[in-house]
Amino acid sequence: MNKHHVTATVNGEPVEYLCETEATLLDVLRDRLGLTGSKEGCGTGDCGACSVLLDGRLVCSCLVLGVEAEGRQVTTIEGVANGGELHPLQQQFLDDAALQCGICTPGFIVAAKALLDHNPNPTETEVRYWLAGNLCRCTGYDKIVRAVMNAAAKMREEA
Amino acid sequence: MGNEKLHLDTHQFKVVGTRPVRPDGVDKVTGRAAFGADFTLPGMLCGQVVRSPHAHARIRGIDTSAALALPGVRAVVTAADLPDLPSEVSTGGESPINFRYVSLNVIARDKVLYEGHAVAAVAATSPAIAAAAAALVEVDYEVLPHVIDVLDAMREDAPVLHEDLYTSGVEPKPAQASNVAARTGFTLGDTAQGFAEADIVVEREYSTAAVHQGYIEPHAAVASYAADGMATIWCSSQGQFMVREFCAKLLGMDVGNIRVIPAEIGGGFGGKTTVYLEPLAVALARKSGRPVKLVMTRGEVFRATGPTSGSHVRVKIGAKKDGTLVAGEMVLKYQAGAFPGSPATLGGMTGFAPYDIPHATAECWDVVSNRPKCAAYRAPGAPMAAFGVESALDELAQLLGMDPIELRLKNAAKEGTRTLYGPKFLRIGYAETLAAAHAHPHWSAPLGPNQGRGVASGFWFNIGGPSSAAVHVNEDGTVEVVTGNPDIGGSRASMAMMAAEVLGIEVGKVRPMIGDTGQIAYSFLTGGSRVTFATGKAVIEASEAVVAQLRARAAKLWKVEAGEVEWRDGHAHCTKTDEAREPLSLRQIAHSAGKTGGPISGAVSINAAGAGPGFGTHLCDVEVDPETGHVTVLRYTAIQDVGRAIHPAYVEGQLQGGAAQGIGWALNEEYVYDAQGRLQNAGFLDYRMPVCSDLPMIDTVLVEVPNPGHPFGVRGVGEVPIVPPLAAVANAVSRAVGLRQTQLPISPPRLLAQLDSKGR
Amino acid sequence: MMEAIEYAKPNNIDEAVRCLSGAGGGARVMAGGTDLLVQLRGGHVRPRLIVDIKGIAELRRIDLTADGFRVGAAVAGAELGAHAAFARAWPGVVEAFQLIGSTQIQGRASLGGNLCNASPAADSVPALIAAGARCTVAGPAGTRSVAVEEICTAPGRTSLAPGEFVVDFLFPTPPARSADAYLRFIPRTEMDIAVVGAAVSLTLDADGRCVTARVALGAVAPRALLVPAAGAALVGTFVDDAALEKLAAAARAACAPIDDKRGTIEFRTRVAGVLARRAAKIALERARGL
Repeated sequence: MNKHHVTATVNGEPVEYLCETEATLLDVLRDRLGLTGSKEGCGTGDCGACSVLLDGRLVCSCLVLGVEAEGRQVTTIEGVANGGELHPLQQQFLDDAALQCGICTPGFIVAAKALLDHNPNPTETEVRYWLAGNLCRCTGYDKIVRAVMNAAAKMREEA
Repeated sequence: MGNEKLHLDTHQFKVVGTRPVRPDGVDKVTGRAAFGADFTLPGMLCGQVVRSPHAHARIRGIDTSAALALPGVRAVVTAADLPDLPSEVSTGGESPINFRYVSLNVIARDKVLYEGHAVAAVAATSPAIAAAAAALVEVDYEVLPHVIDVLDAMREDAPVLHEDLYTSGVEPKPAQASNVAARTGFTLGDTAQGFAEADIVVEREYSTAAVHQGYIEPHAAVASYAADGMATIWCSSQGQFMVREFCAKLLGMDVGNIRVIPAEIGGGFGGKTTVYLEPLAVALARKSGRPVKLVMTRGEVFRATGPTSGSHVRVKIGAKKDGTLVAGEMVLKYQAGAFPGSPATLGGMTGFAPYDIPHATAECWDVVSNRPKCAAYRAPGAPMAAFGVESALDELAQLLGMDPIELRLKNAAKEGTRTLYGPKFLRIGYAETLAAAHAHPHWSAPLGPNQGRGVASGFWFNIGGPSSAAVHVNEDGTVEVVTGNPDIGGSRASMAMMAAEVLGIEVGKVRPMIGDTGQIAYSFLTGGSRVTFATGKAVIEASEAVVAQLRARAAKLWKVEAGEVEWRDGHAHCTKTDEAREPLSLRQIAHSAGKTGGPISGAVSINAAGAGPGFGTHLCDVEVDPETGHVTVLRYTAIQDVGRAIHPAYVEGQLQGGAAQGIGWALNEEYVYDAQGRLQNAGFLDYRMPVCSDLPMIDTVLVEVPNPGHPFGVRGVGEVPIVPPLAAVANAVSRAVGLRQTQLPISPPRLLAQLDSKGR
Repeated sequence: MMEAIEYAKPNNIDEAVRCLSGAGGGARVMAGGTDLLVQLRGGHVRPRLIVDIKGIAELRRIDLTADGFRVGAAVAGAELGAHAAFARAWPGVVEAFQLIGSTQIQGRASLGGNLCNASPAADSVPALIAAGARCTVAGPAGTRSVAVEEICTAPGRTSLAPGEFVVDFLFPTPPARSADAYLRFIPRTEMDIAVVGAAVSLTLDADGRCVTARVALGAVAPRALLVPAAGAALVGTFVDDAALEKLAAAARAACAPIDDKRGTIEFRTRVAGVLARRAAKIALERARGL
């Protein structure tokens, strides 16, 4: 089996790995790099549980090949907190009880971070449409949307 | 708007009712929490299940030799590797379980009964080799005609799935096997007399499609099998003790030789209250001598794990002109999937439960067909029956010119009302939910063109059952609370809060843990809306046992009688006033525990009785695009009697989540089969669950009418919220377009076709 | 065991053509991968070689040239949407492209991929056709310019010859008072494949009369359709209700849809007329506002 040798930056740290062509970035993160925070909910880009940032852009890691990460920056849920200090979004999800089973939470936090990096003052509609690619079956989305908007308000205050 | 709480008694709590951050929260927001697929073990093999491409076929033979010969393949199992279980019905759980059916569903023996039915499983050194090996397993099928729909499966000329299935519950016993597994029924009063007294009768047929629980986490298990016959399973499930019991039965092993370690669970809603992969993982580990990991793809989840039943329900309701209900009749036909066991009986028990109807019957039919075996889905059976009853009541209200909430209030069940299924209600809060709905601004807000408002109610029994808890006081006064129920919605927080309340300490000093089957005594599964109630009760009792010990230890330190010590605000207080004695904190007593008798802990196993039923009333506004049939949910309010909300935010979350599932069920979710009986929409693209932009904020009102059966008044809350939304949405659409909706999902093509024939 | 899949990332067009031609039909082009990886994982395709074209500069550019905007075939939806000038000139194309999938999909999905995947329901294609866009196709025989509506021939099939791939899209600058719009019907609000798609691009004269119009429909035939009769219904009119009704009727008449899990023939046909009319009204308002 022909494998690619890839060097990339994941959550600010240099990494290297071997992978076959058809291995996805999600496979690599979970099975090679031990970063199991990104989840596989569907494998077809329909649920967003595998969301990561690739050079700052929000993507489904199940639809990116591992080999494509060569020379690029990947941010996963494990890289959202600043060491032991939670990102305001993470803290807000806890304070606002915006999770129940928690399986979709990593994907939502990465996606919401991408939103707020790009638009620090989103309306409720903008939040909902931005997050339409992240499925949640437990919460009905209400508390998630509130947490994102509350976090955005806090981040604007601190800015 | 947002969330409100209505207190109906005046007990003051210190911790209960507050909103601390959940103890497992940081792990969940940082990706550290380990779910079923996140485990690896050294030397682990990758497994893959081989599944039937046919909806119905006889298995003439399975040749695994080519698969076994592939380098890297370490084991292949078929039904031959599991005992051939006799038919045995166990009634320990919420519904009776026949382990023969569970076993045949996990791996087929002589016949495959649905597309996706497992026939073999392989374990290999890499996923690619496992996939290649699975493709090399040769199964010789004799394809048989299949049947998908309930009504088709009931016909005399339908292909029969089980040659030994004779309808139970009918007299005389049928001479021929059929797909009709069972008939059950309930009767109250005399419906002939009741309908004779009615001034007005509404009679309709309703249908709903099969829908999946839709949890985002696919099933996953890792199993290892040691040389001494001890199996260990890491899996996400709704009950580690259930997994242990089922695997022991299906594999012919002693229960004590299986240890099940619960992973975090990424959603279940009832769908993970059974086993699929776990027995296969153990069998593969046993055969290969190495740990084996099995994870389902999303396609496998849809094809081979239980959705809930599709249904046909006929409802007939009779009332007087003033709206008094005099008679009700329901006939329910539910799809069980490939093996008997649909929740038709539960539908019959719950549909009329919110109402005081003197004469009523329910006739419930359980029918098999070539679809995956159905599994529990949040208040199993109830949403379909409520869809029929609540829609019929809405129609009745229209015919009578009555406010639909007032119609319900007039007939609302209350304390002392006899139910169709037997018992009389104790203290319940249904009428309070109706009053809250009527008073809510949502009910009187104006509506625009093409908009409609629906109201509907629902009921669920909630259960208690066996639960265990252990409370350990650490040397520094921090406390551990160990229970045996996977945390599916935030229950860990409630366990810590209830313990903290009894012990009188800060909730931050209490660390809840979920023990595996070797670490805590038996607990029935996480389901039936029972954890906060039953496991909570066990936690309270264990905490009270600890308090008794703390008092005794303080008495020892003070050299007084235990009866002269009170526990208040987290401290022992001496009631003897002969000398001044400073109150002793839990921390102080813990610190000296070694001198006063050793470790302080309490362990309790109970069979919790006294679960209080729950009722909900939901309001829904929709707007219909008359040119396309597109339905938008504009506003939604869920009101429920929750007994006592231990952690209100997580209770609100249950209402919102159940409502969202019900909205999806009403509007867009359904299983679509092709002419060969193959599932066409086995993915999230075409199995359409609500996405974030589909829903508005879901406002909640928590009505608290405490349950007399629980020390803090807790009622189960998780299941009730999915019962009203089907009719709440359908009634809203019916009123928006002036056409009664009797078929779910109300997808745009169906709605537009109706609008076109009405001529708009 | 299955053969290994090779991966190549050429950094110029000639190298890409060589890779594709050398694989004798066993290569697949990859831009965003949002269709390819799903098909790969689902076992529907097993190429010998994946040619990642995102390393080629021409395929990543968005330039305003003398002839109009030139958009590289591998530009992602999020990138094109962020281009203010393009979004002003072609709001219909941008809204069509940006309806594809989720924000995550938009981070990767490309016009080239959406077109060459040749799904009858592709969202961007009707808008590209209505805009009169043309593809630059590179191959062993050199480059050629092809109207977008000539690329898809049947579901999953294109007119590209072996070794050919789409390099970029040219959007010929339209006259003043031109605007476009795209609407699609889906049962939810996001995340569904279009059940019907309708794109309209029109130009008004100084008096507000429509002088040209192109109407294209998606998901109602084996490939996206340009509907000349629907466009003709608007030309010479002020796009009043009577003209719009004729447009809707022409749209319905052009449909040749199927019954499937997403919609029935009857539903698609009805809604095609409704959306064509609504899209035309939006394009009209946009053109009037310029």
